[in-house]
Amino acid sequence: MKNTDTIQLESDVSAKTVVALPERTKALGMYESMVRIRKYEEQIYFLFLEGRISGSIHQSHGQEACAVGVLYDTRPTDYMASTHRPAGHDLAKGVSLRAMMCEMFGKANGCCHGKGGAMHMGDISVGAVPANAIVGSNIPIAVGMAYSCKLRRTDDIVVCFFGDGATNEGGFHEGINGAALWDLPVVFVCENNFYGASTHVQATMKVQTIAERAAAYGIPGERIDGNDLMAVNEAATRAIARARRGGGPTLLELMTYRIAGHSRSDASAYRPDDEESAWLARDPIKLFRGRLVEEKVATDAELDAIENSVQEEVDGAVQFAESSQDPEPEDALRNVYAGEGEV
Amino acid sequence: MPQMSIVEALNQAIAEEMARDERVFCLGEDVSDANGGYGGAFAVTRGLHGKFGPERVLNTPISEMLIVGMAVGAAMAGMRPIADVQYGDFLFCCMDQLVNQAAKMRYMSGGRVSVPMVMRAPVGATGRGAQHAQSLEGFFTHAPGLKVICPATAYDAKGLLKTAIRDDNPVLVFEHKLLYGGKRTESGALSMVGEVPAEDYTVPFGRGVVRREGKDITIVANLLMMYRAMDAAAELDEDDISCEVIDPRTLAPFDYELVIESLRKTRRLMIVHEDTYSNGWGAQLASYIAEHEIYLLDAPIKRLAAYDVPIPCAPVMEKFVIPSTARIIDAARSLMKM
Repeated sequence: MKNTDTIQLESDVSAKTVVALPERTKALGMYESMVRIRKYEEQIYFLFLEGRISGSIHQSHGQEACAVGVLYDTRPTDYMASTHRPAGHDLAKGVSLRAMMCEMFGKANGCCHGKGGAMHMGDISVGAVPANAIVGSNIPIAVGMAYSCKLRRTDDIVVCFFGDGATNEGGFHEGINGAALWDLPVVFVCENNFYGASTHVQATMKVQTIAERAAAYGIPGERIDGNDLMAVNEAATRAIARARRGGGPTLLELMTYRIAGHSRSDASAYRPDDEESAWLARDPIKLFRGRLVEEKVATDAELDAIENSVQEEVDGAVQFAESSQDPEPEDALRNVYAGEGEV
Repeated sequence: MPQMSIVEALNQAIAEEMARDERVFCLGEDVSDANGGYGGAFAVTRGLHGKFGPERVLNTPISEMLIVGMAVGAAMAGMRPIADVQYGDFLFCCMDQLVNQAAKMRYMSGGRVSVPMVMRAPVGATGRGAQHAQSLEGFFTHAPGLKVICPATAYDAKGLLKTAIRDDNPVLVFEHKLLYGGKRTESGALSMVGEVPAEDYTVPFGRGVVRREGKDITIVANLLMMYRAMDAAAELDEDDISCEVIDPRTLAPFDYELVIESLRKTRRLMIVHEDTYSNGWGAQLASYIAEHEIYLLDAPIKRLAAYDVPIPCAPVMEKFVIPSTARIIDAARSLMKM
């Protein structure tokens, strides 16, 4: 039954019209951004296998088109609230790859000074608030950030990412209802990768799609092929424009697939082979690259050059992180409270 | 100097801070009094809608996770929200937002974000049964990153709330229903009217106050229990037992020094709170004194607290569970015999 559902979901979204490629600079920028996420995540995976990084990881490769398609056109002053799987979102929002790598190595110069780690990556200076590892809890927080944008009379917006599993949390209901009620500038982005850890989304809800839940809040909801970069970007552009002009929130459901398991130790035994191979064949970077070459926006050589340059950036970040200073153990006692005389 | 109730003092603090700083706004269930609304369950935010409008006095759905989550998000994005729940017990609906989010955000970011928010919550048993009665301030003293205050006079209510609003950290404000002194009358309520300066002032966190000087026993008590300790102390005077009563005013940070200073004189310690007995802030204070200053003591530490049960509804049982003036007097007499 799972298989039929999955194929059904896929054919739903593939039936849409093809969105045209953007001008060359943006197209190559988006490609580079997706490649940066992929190479970062692949590097992190190897670092874990080699035991050079500790803790756990929840990886985002395979879902690059969601992060880049939604965030590519946002401003640094727009906010972004991510999840326990934040690396793609953070990189696409402009958090420094070096500072993220240092954070993964637990170094003092990490983007959270080593106190956040893989699941709390962020950098408020580019609008990425610390990522949230409590499923669904970033949703009411994103609504509060959007309320701040409204009270301060800016036209900044908030992008709030979450997975399919989060849509069964109370925070999803309370948060989206509030944002809808007050027409707040939020784009709610559900990356539906079919599984909340090992449990299939259809085993957790009676309705067929997450997008249709938007109707309960009186806002638009749309299901998009989350591996089609331009389809994501087109839908996000509309949702962001609606939010900026005070039109209120939108719920986007992006159908996508993890390349890795849920977390470090997950071999994804719950995913049927045919489903996995069908989705992995629809790799978002390969799909976009195919179009760039086919429609003569870029040559293979140019795209290879981008990949090589990003790989050098990632390798350089690993070297930089490994040679960076560890925090002092006593630094653990700092940053509990803000303010004069406090640490 | 103007005389006012705690409700009026809190209202004035919020109104003055909203006028002083446009980043300050209120949100919560029924906080607006437009169109016959409450202006807060205990009327603390009455009149603010007329002064500041619906955007800065935001009535929310009955959604505690939304209220606190929005406060966290708005605070990280440059505002100074004052969130409100009708009864403190409802904070358990949004413990994640308070303890995982508000308290930890600054730390997890390595100090790069701050969460300057205020969470107001009424506490105290008032005949409404177990889910509208709990004194839950102790829970939040166990979460590093949060500050916890419990003003018991009108002067402190205004001064401490102003400090809370200006603080760059999440601050929980616990207000006692029987001390508000508002128009909504409660059985057993005290008429808490006190002098409140007209000019702007603040009361610092981490500084308790000696409400009454004495030489035999130091009684540390907060909110309603502070008044019961004062009543008990007045009666104990007639037995020639002289009690010093300390109101800690803020529980996190806690003014241990003031208690230690008092014990150098009295050498006997009693702690009274309406929160339950086990693992509350009284247990923390007792263990702190035992750990650091046990040689100051001439007798075992005496703790009086609500018995370890949910708050029952029937008045006769509710009254039994909460420490009474008579229990404090009995405990003081036996403490003097040790």
